[in-house]
Amino acid sequence: MYEGIVQDLIDELGRLPGVGPKSAQRIAFYILDADPGDVRRLAEVLTVVKEKVRFCITCGNVAESEQCRICADPRRDLSMLCVVEESKDVVAVERTREFRGRYHVLGGAISPIEGIGPDELRVKELMQRLADDTVTEVILATDPNLEGEATATYLTRLLRPLGLRVTRLASGLPVGGDLEYADEVTLGRAFEGRRSIDD
Amino acid sequence: MLRTQKLGEADRIVTLLTRHRGRLRAVAKGVRRTSSRFGGRLEPFMHVDLQIAEGRSLDVITQVETLSPFGATIGSDYRVYTAGTSMLETAERLVGEEGEPAVQQYLLLVGALRSLSTARHDPSLILDSFLLRSLSVAGYAPSFDACARCGAEGPHRSFNPASGGMLCTACRLPGSANPAPDTVALMSGLLTGDWANAEASDARARREASGLVAAYLQWHLERGLRSLVFVDR
Repeated sequence: MYEGIVQDLIDELGRLPGVGPKSAQRIAFYILDADPGDVRRLAEVLTVVKEKVRFCITCGNVAESEQCRICADPRRDLSMLCVVEESKDVVAVERTREFRGRYHVLGGAISPIEGIGPDELRVKELMQRLADDTVTEVILATDPNLEGEATATYLTRLLRPLGLRVTRLASGLPVGGDLEYADEVTLGRAFEGRRSIDD
Repeated sequence: MLRTQKLGEADRIVTLLTRHRGRLRAVAKGVRRTSSRFGGRLEPFMHVDLQIAEGRSLDVITQVETLSPFGATIGSDYRVYTAGTSMLETAERLVGEEGEPAVQQYLLLVGALRSLSTARHDPSLILDSFLLRSLSVAGYAPSFDACARCGAEGPHRSFNPASGGMLCTACRLPGSANPAPDTVALMSGLLTGDWANAEASDARARREASGLVAAYLQWHLERGLRSLVFVDR
């Protein structure tokens, strides 16, 4: 145990995800040694981020104003909507530079065992966004794990009657991998989703 | 595979029900990376053959081979998925001690997941049947014929979860339910595996039976199942 404020700092750092007591101690001593200017900047960013950052009223992504940068951008294709679980996924899809439409962040995936059902996610908001005919294609880009699949199946059932084109991201072999190491489920999906190379 | 929880950057803690060692928890390192060699094998519902190395606090999964990929079919149907999730949660709760063998629960769960993934029966019926049988294996077998208190031969009219099943007129407690005879027959059929009669039951009896099975499970588990309210019946 350290005295007063140093122990408080270690305790607070230890509450962060992925930071155990030893790492917390290491970070605390790094801060004690660091340049006061650096530490002040960190403290300021932490305060400002809590004050300024909120969630986009349209898509639920993190934003600095009422709407996020993507929703406010007029060059974006309004007819395509990509549904993702978290804001992190928006960044991942953006990195591909393949998609020019807009996003909808659900805020997680359906996981009954953790008490998360459709009502805990931003499904109602999604349905409201689709009420007019602007969007013609919804891309379900939930994680390719069990919860993500189940969420996509649930949404498909909800979206199909609206007469939209509903697509799901393809699953299959990772680029740069070996076929022999692929698991049965992934390889099975790759077979299911195979495509003709003539088109 | 019963449940997965995220751990650190790319790992997961997985909860398993095993044939010889009952309920276990182990770490699957790097499984959340798309390049993981475990791939989709360590998802809930998957029936797998594992190699586990004993670690200091948690064991570590080193190799996995798929026995039956139940997860792939169960995840593609929302009704089946919600019913299946409740089964996994029940199995986890009823196998109390980590590391204690629970062969019967294991076999029951594998059988139930197989029939869910092959859509042999209605998912809601499979779930209720699993819940009743799993409770029986755990020592909470309900009585649908003889009176649960005095043992008088049935059929009786009142059902009371706290007393352990049907009650005769003399033993009837306040607050007991009076299910229709069809419902009692359905529940009894689900417990014994009389699928011909269970499939022939009507929607009303199924609804009533589901409600009573849920009440019975809730009473014996003390704390309700989180996933049961999400079951899409």
